Amino acid sequence: MATYTPTRMVLNQLKARLRTARRGHKLLKDKRDELMRNFMDIIKRNRDLRNEVETGLTEAFAAFSSAGAVMSLDFMEQALMYPRSKVKLEVSRKNIMGVTVPAYGFDMQSENGADVLPYGFAQTSGDLDDAIAKLSEVFKSMLALAEIEKTMQMLAKEIEMTRRRVNALEYSTIPELEDAIKYISMKLSENENSTKVRLMKVKDMVLQKAHDFQY
Amino acid sequence: MVAMYKIAVMGGSDTVTCFKALGFDCYAVDDAGRALEVFRRISSPEAGYAIIYIEESCAQDLGDEIAEFKDDPALAVILIPGREGSLGLGRAALAKAVEKAIGFNIIGD
Repeated sequence: MATYTPTRMVLNQLKARLRTARRGHKLLKDKRDELMRNFMDIIKRNRDLRNEVETGLTEAFAAFSSAGAVMSLDFMEQALMYPRSKVKLEVSRKNIMGVTVPAYGFDMQSENGADVLPYGFAQTSGDLDDAIAKLSEVFKSMLALAEIEKTMQMLAKEIEMTRRRVNALEYSTIPELEDAIKYISMKLSENENSTKVRLMKVKDMVLQKAHDFQY
Repeated sequence: MVAMYKIAVMGGSDTVTCFKALGFDCYAVDDAGRALEVFRRISSPEAGYAIIYIEESCAQDLGDEIAEFKDDPALAVILIPGREGSLGLGRAALAKAVEKAIGFNIIGD
């Protein structure tokens, strides 16, 4: 514990600091609770989305595998080599309790309307079309998953930081200030007492000298 | 503020070819030695990616590199299952984040 000079000025300063610390503690605690509430929602959504993406992808991969069984792998690669659509990702910023998190939107640019298949139908199997359709379904969930997962990571960091601050204030700063204030006010009242006693003593001595006064 | 970025997929060659059809940028990594090099290249800000999907089996060796981007709002590194199915790494990352935030793992995965 730091040592403080027992004066009234220091006492006032410490009291002001204690007030600030208490207020900060309350505010940070509220922030932590609210972050935690948001975080819980996000965890749940993250979990659901991950399940969705994992099952969706597994299905899509299975479809690709069955397409690969019908046609040669080289040919499949060739068919997919020049994608017709191009995905552009729009990233904007969102603010959750002072934490800046990304929000994704996407812009699918294909050369002609709805058609995402980058190949002709003549030499490819129908399974490949299915597989690609499945994959483009999963794509939206994948994007949502990326957003949620990033948000979750950023929130986790912020919660950890806020929690540490709350604990530091609660268990270290505030008790230390309270101790210091108690120490100084005790010291001050002790000083006051001793001054009073000294004054009384001096008064006695003065009276005795002037009037030969005796108790 | 809206900015335009790209999406990358990194993983085994048979996994990433599927994503080519959607118009993602695909990086096939078949041997683990090259994974680090490729990841460093595509994760740098100059590469212009905002999301990198990495196949779990490929991400196993890149743990530290990926962890670096956890707190970076500009780049999301997301694990996806490969052809062989999920290894549970994505779920483990979720559990880890929960533990970091709350102090212990309350979702019990």
